[in-house]
Amino acid sequence: MQKTMAPKDRKPHVSRNPDLIRGVGKYSRSKMYHKRGLWAIKAKNGGTFPKHEKKAAEAAPAEKPPKFYPADDVKKPLVNKRKARPTKLRASITPGTVLIILAGRFKGKRVVFLKQLTSGLLLVTGPFKINGVPLRRVNQSYVIATSTKVDISGVNVEKFDDKYFGKKVEKKKKKGEGEFFEAEKEEKNTLPQDKKDDQKTVDAALIASIEAVPDLKSYLGARFSLKAGMKPHELVF
Amino acid sequence: MPFKRYVEIGRIALVNYGKDYGKLVVIVDVIYQNRALVDAPDMVRGQMNFKRLTLTDIKIDIKRVPNKKTLIAAMEAADVKSKWENSSWGRKLIVQKKRASLNDFDRFKVMLAKIKKAGVVRQELAKLKKETA
Repeated sequence: MQKTMAPKDRKPHVSRNPDLIRGVGKYSRSKMYHKRGLWAIKAKNGGTFPKHEKKAAEAAPAEKPPKFYPADDVKKPLVNKRKARPTKLRASITPGTVLIILAGRFKGKRVVFLKQLTSGLLLVTGPFKINGVPLRRVNQSYVIATSTKVDISGVNVEKFDDKYFGKKVEKKKKKGEGEFFEAEKEEKNTLPQDKKDDQKTVDAALIASIEAVPDLKSYLGARFSLKAGMKPHELVF
Repeated sequence: MPFKRYVEIGRIALVNYGKDYGKLVVIVDVIYQNRALVDAPDMVRGQMNFKRLTLTDIKIDIKRVPNKKTLIAAMEAADVKSKWENSSWGRKLIVQKKRASLNDFDRFKVMLAKIKKAGVVRQELAKLKKETA
């Protein structure tokens, strides 16, 4: 029964007043009054339309007049209701898709897509043992999505987000230059052990599902390149 | 050199231009010097310029402008589909289509297969060379 359900559950009602042309309905105001059954609602309620009692307006806290009025009118910025969203992901890119990276250090490498991060960048991994690409962020625009998919169900990617990949900010010591500089630089270059372990856990499950498909491992290990006679606009990826 | 493939009612032709590119159609009537009425099991009967058609060797036995049912029956009787697919022209087209639809992974697998085949051939050749040398 519709009336017992909460108002939100009702199906949105189609207009009872069909359009003859845009802007002109078939029925007049008086006809529509009758159609909507407002007369029946009023009759039920004893002659008047049922009303809510207005909530007593809370007394606004007394504002003190400002001490300072600016000399010129201050302009208010325009209302901006846009929300930041991650870039729209191409329909061809789903978790487990093999992507071809087109630019940067790993150009031409075929890589497995894991998930899209909140910044819009794609989280991707080689896997590292197969082609040397670690857990990395990649921009969607610099990637070709192939139609080959890898089974990614055994992989847990919850913990990776943009902060994980951000540069580590260290407190700078302004005091001694020279010696201090050299010592600090040497420490920065090694990758922390927990990142290496993360790579291993992600790749373990992935490599298992990759080895299930014949030739897929060597496919991911090889780089993509255009050869003679290959026309990119005619290639099916 | 005399002509071997003639425009006649029942001649199967391949459409080489336009919306129906790549389809096999039957010439069902000749409209005038440049146009023919063509029909195929999966299209509405319509006119086409001869320049859009390339004649094939296959011919079926029909009367002028048969209805769709008769046409399909005649095509089945002459077994156009298998004749076309076994002809060298038909086989080439099938291979071209397959190559065009290959995935990046498929192309990689084809490359591996080619290398393997070449390896086997080279081994045999080396063996034969050794014997004759």
